Amino acid sequence: MAEPKLRIRELYKIFGDTPQKVLPLVKDGMSKAELLDKHGHVLGLRDINIDIPERRIQVIMGLSGSGKSTLIRHINRLIEPTAGDILINGQNVTQMDAGELRDLRRFTASMVFQHFGLLPHRTVQQNVEYGLTIQGIEGADAANRAGHWIERVGLAGYEDRYPGQLSGGMQQRVGLARALATDAEILLMDEAFSALDPLIRTEMQNILLDLQEELHKTIVFITHDLDEALRLGDQIAILRDGEVIQKGEVQDIVLRPADSYIADFTKDINRARVLKVAAIMEPGRKLTSGAAIPASMTIEQALTTLAAAPDGVCAVVGPEGETLGTVSLQGALAAVAPAPPADAEAAESQRYSA
Amino acid sequence: MEFFTEFPEMGREQLRDLKKAIDAGFRDFSRTYGEGMEDFFNPLLQFLIWFEKLLLATPWPIVIGVIAALTWFGARSWKITLGSVIAFLVIGYLGMWEDTMATLAIISVATILCIVVGIPIGVLMARYDRAQAAITPVLDVMQTIPSFVYLIPVVMLLGIGKVPGLIAVCIYAIPPIVRLTNLGIRLVDKEVLEAADAFGANYRQRLFGVQIPLALPNIFAGVNQTIMMALGMVVIASMIGVKGLGVPVLRAISNQYLALGLMNGLAIVALAIIFDRVSQTYGKRLQAHRMDGKNG
Ligand SMILES: Nc1ncnc2c1ncn2[C@@H]1O[C@H](COP(=O)(O)OP(=O)(O)O)[C@@H](O)[C@H]1O
Ligand SMILES: [Mg+2]
Repeated sequence: MAEPKLRIRELYKIFGDTPQKVLPLVKDGMSKAELLDKHGHVLGLRDINIDIPERRIQVIMGLSGSGKSTLIRHINRLIEPTAGDILINGQNVTQMDAGELRDLRRFTASMVFQHFGLLPHRTVQQNVEYGLTIQGIEGADAANRAGHWIERVGLAGYEDRYPGQLSGGMQQRVGLARALATDAEILLMDEAFSALDPLIRTEMQNILLDLQEELHKTIVFITHDLDEALRLGDQIAILRDGEVIQKGEVQDIVLRPADSYIADFTKDINRARVLKVAAIMEPGRKLTSGAAIPASMTIEQALTTLAAAPDGVCAVVGPEGETLGTVSLQGALAAVAPAPPADAEAAESQRYSA
Repeated sequence: MEFFTEFPEMGREQLRDLKKAIDAGFRDFSRTYGEGMEDFFNPLLQFLIWFEKLLLATPWPIVIGVIAALTWFGARSWKITLGSVIAFLVIGYLGMWEDTMATLAIISVATILCIVVGIPIGVLMARYDRAQAAITPVLDVMQTIPSFVYLIPVVMLLGIGKVPGLIAVCIYAIPPIVRLTNLGIRLVDKEVLEAADAFGANYRQRLFGVQIPLALPNIFAGVNQTIMMALGMVVIASMIGVKGLGVPVLRAISNQYLALGLMNGLAIVALAIIFDRVSQTYGKRLQAHRMDGKNG
């Protein structure tokens, strides 16, 4: 895997009058509720450690109030941390002076907002040019660059409209084009599609994935929607009450939820469509009767091939056709049928033994 | 018992000494600095005189033409433009042209002065909560203190004439524009401001690119109120030597000339209505594109 472009190290955020004073208590494990009750401070983030790989989409997921917006705003330091480090390309964002920070925001990391954050008094064209204007680029150069991105997000012909005249989905296309126009390598998206209708949301996800296939930006994408997380994320981190409770590859989180909270989250998804063959195969060579299945296939796509194999076992092959392992119909079915969460099982057996 | 029926006053002697001391102190102050103040305000006086002369020297059809053009530019409405032209024709026909031009001159200069001084103060108040806390009570005093009371120190400092009149008008008329600039900037959508920050805008880019443009409708409402209040001061300002429609009104009061007072009073009202309609419709047009559409 590529070197992490963006590392978050032991990041803490406490909202209140004297965060430094209560920081030791939080480090000693005081809970969010107790901190609020006894000291009147709100715990925003506790001991966050995430390595975000270059050119991938890192999803950060959690319920409302879990600290997602707080976390993403630390990356470009719209919020000051109480403790910890944020490293971008090895540079520590928390140590930057005002000038370096401005340059980071102008050239390195751009942002897309939940409620779009467009300038209502500027046209679509002028909004997309905004980041360039801030950089000091004006005139034909800015117009051309903005025009290119307006076209890429499918808004050609709307250049002279005002944001107030556009639908939500179109406004967020403007927001996306504005963020892309600065050529920043990092894209910060805070629930960028959450305010949109489901159909429009899917459309926007497709636009983003298409663009990403070509642009390979490092994207931090915040969402509270698991389906969105699974569709977009190369990696996922799950937040609860300001803490990361699980992080890793999408497949991992679905197959091995860290606790019942996450298991609850994942129980309603269509696992056959999410899980890849690679995640459930047994490594090693074995004699198989069926056709070979690429490791990157989803279980759903692989099922017909598996069912056609005489003994229900197929070889799994990598992108170059090399054999990686085997997968069985049984294994696939077991992975698709959601296993009851561990603690529920325990409760069940207790009831029987009593 | 006497304590409750008679208010425990300060001694008569002491009270007189106190008042004397304040008067003497201020007189010394104005002797020392009065001249400097006059020099300081001299450019303003020159500008005011120049503008008044310009209005009077220009042939009346041209003045009316310019007013019609400005009204049209501001309001984009035939009704308002036509109404203004008719109002000025009637004013001229009834022999109030010169006074109206003088009033127009002082109102215009006072408004410009209020904008130039008031908007930066409002910007400052929006940026620092402390500035807001310090300036708000001053504005309250300026708006509520009877104007006759602050005429006294102004006259002591600068004597009687156009400049003290202009200052008096400005003291009375400046609070709305300061308040509404402050308010307008503070009401700017937080997420839009955050977007400006996230793209690396510096203070100047934030102020001129986002805050002031988005506060413009409110700032404009402030300008409108400032103009109205300045017009309201016209009669009082004429007591300390400002020429214009206030002078005949004062004369009408002391001599009980009903018709004279009424005509000039109505001329002031006509000016007020024209200014008000034009600046209001202009303000509305400013934010028109924000209204159609569901968001923002
Ligand atoms: N400026 C603030 N002052 C105090 N508490 C805050 C502030 N900003 C956020 N919080 C608290 O921090 C927690 C996380 O908020 P947020 O990051 O907005 O969550 P999310 O984006 O996941 O919905 C919440 O409990 C919220 O009340
Ligand atoms: Mg949020």
